Amino acid sequence: MQFAATHKAPHARTEQIILFRCSTQVFAISSASVQEVRSVDTLAGSPMEIDEASLPKVRHMFRRGEQNLFVVNGAVHFGLRPSPASLIFLLRKSRTALLIDGIEKMTTMTRLQALPAAFCHEERAWYRGLTVLDQSVIPVVSHEGFLTPDELFLLDALVSRMGVPESAAVSEMGLGL
Amino acid sequence: MSMVEQFDARSCVLLRLGERRFALAAEQIAELVAPSRVFRFAHRTTEIDGVILRRGRVVPVCDVAERLTGNKLTSRRFYLVATLKRGASLDWVALPVSGECELITADLTPAGESDSPHVAAWLSHDGEVIEVLNLDALTPVPADRTAQTHSGSPEAHA
Repeated sequence: MQFAATHKAPHARTEQIILFRCSTQVFAISSASVQEVRSVDTLAGSPMEIDEASLPKVRHMFRRGEQNLFVVNGAVHFGLRPSPASLIFLLRKSRTALLIDGIEKMTTMTRLQALPAAFCHEERAWYRGLTVLDQSVIPVVSHEGFLTPDELFLLDALVSRMGVPESAAVSEMGLGL
Repeated sequence: MSMVEQFDARSCVLLRLGERRFALAAEQIAELVAPSRVFRFAHRTTEIDGVILRRGRVVPVCDVAERLTGNKLTSRRFYLVATLKRGASLDWVALPVSGECELITADLTPAGESDSPHVAAWLSHDGEVIEVLNLDALTPVPADRTAQTHSGSPEAHA
């Protein structure tokens, strides 16, 4: 006896994400966008201080290979109340290191909804969209949304004026993803 | 009924914001829903309070009461979910209202040049002259309407 071939529904496309906390809020980021997760302690002593009044979200930078990586405080970036950060995401294909309070969990999302058009300011650059997890709406951040090209240009100019000490170089040790 | 009267008579939904009543064209209304959890996340669009979830769709909540009446709503009785056609896209927005809504048919008087941008027309109902709202002027819209999509999966869908 032959059975008809079972029709298989196509698999929903999924994406692995990391839920992380900045101040009191939870955000998601694609795990593919995160190259390393480091404890703040592992960078102690090495970052160079940045003091640019127009960019309060960036207070430190460090050198990795040939690149200057700028540490963006996630809470300040999102306009939230600053809180003690414990981890740093080194973002893939980016010159941004993101200071966060902690990781909630890793999970998968099956659907990314566009940010409604009514949101019409910086958040359009901050987020790739919104996803619904456990009946909660979570913004999915864009790894390119933390520093604009203009901000990077400003920071590079500042760093070149200051000069980068050898101590600002950071090794490649960390929790790779 | 004359052709002119037929042309001018429109179905509208009356909504209450505090002490005042306003109207919206009925074809813009998707549904009237009970207040549900508002999800808030970091953003810089001050007109938007947060979002609600309706059948899997994320709908921004835009409280227009302060702009229209000068006072924020002290209680939200319902969300009037409206749609706005902007170019090729259809945007959804949830308007908190403080009382019952009513579907009426009324003759509309077009707004004049001296009227505020948020006034699309006027209607008269129960001895009251009521503004028919132009939601385009009341809800924020980005200058660049380019959909933000991502090359990887899953894709962003409105």
